[in-house]
Amino acid sequence: MNQTIGGVPITPELMLFGVIGGAAALCAVGVVAFNNAVRSALCLVVNFFLLAVLYFTLNAEMLGITQVVVYTGAIMVLFLFVVMLLNLGGSKMLHEKPDPKKFVGILLGCALFVILGAQILPQLMQVKPMELTPELAKYGGPQAVGRTLFTEYAYPFEAVSVLLLIGIVGSILLAKRRI
Amino acid sequence: MNGVPLGAYVGLGLFMFTTGVIGVIVRKSPIVIFMCIELMLNSVNLTFLAFARYQMHAPSSSSEQVQRSMMAGQMMVIFVMAVAAAEVAVGLGIIMAIFRLRDNVDIDEMNLLRG
Repeated sequence: MNQTIGGVPITPELMLFGVIGGAAALCAVGVVAFNNAVRSALCLVVNFFLLAVLYFTLNAEMLGITQVVVYTGAIMVLFLFVVMLLNLGGSKMLHEKPDPKKFVGILLGCALFVILGAQILPQLMQVKPMELTPELAKYGGPQAVGRTLFTEYAYPFEAVSVLLLIGIVGSILLAKRRI
Repeated sequence: MNGVPLGAYVGLGLFMFTTGVIGVIVRKSPIVIFMCIELMLNSVNLTFLAFARYQMHAPSSSSEQVQRSMMAGQMMVIFVMAVAAAEVAVGLGIIMAIFRLRDNVDIDEMNLLRG
């Protein structure tokens, strides 16, 4: 491998990452660019699924599965359900009039990308992943995640469970016509 | 994925985050704005996991210390996912309530809080 891109040698793994990450980035653009809310939601599903694949490549298997179940399963069903209830499909699309806000928003976003990227990315391009010993390689599995979650992070876990309960009760209260 | 530098993951996360920011500014439908917020949260999750995998340690640090700091990023991602789920449920409930009140869900015309 003697070909390099920006000082980084092109390996088959980098090419695989380029395909998956490029598709994910394309889907992210699709979420913003499509006028139809259902198409945006479907782009988001594909994006979340590809992110789950990337989590697998980072040895975080448990979180990859959680991503598929929670995001592409539960949250996107909620989104599509609301799109269906509000009837925001093709017929009642909002009129996106051309206005200066659009231009300014895209300009500001690109500026944010360039400023942050120029500061961070050149340094991080040289960082290689650390070598995993056999016992460290299991760090993303359900056993390790579960043990840490229920011992060291027990209090945040309980706090999050209370937050979810409040969220469920609150959303029912908001969406119901009469209590 | 030993051949991929950390910058590739962080760059993808940065791109998705800026796409979400642009979407929040540009779009008018509140549902699409919520999707863009989800996009931003997910890009942060990706960055957390990438840093958990690519961290550097002093040679003297023990295997337990390394494992603890690798778990910390994953725990953060779990909590972000839980908070995102609660946020989506409440936010979509609010959108439903607003839609029942008025037939239009253009975000630029909601100015009830303006004094």
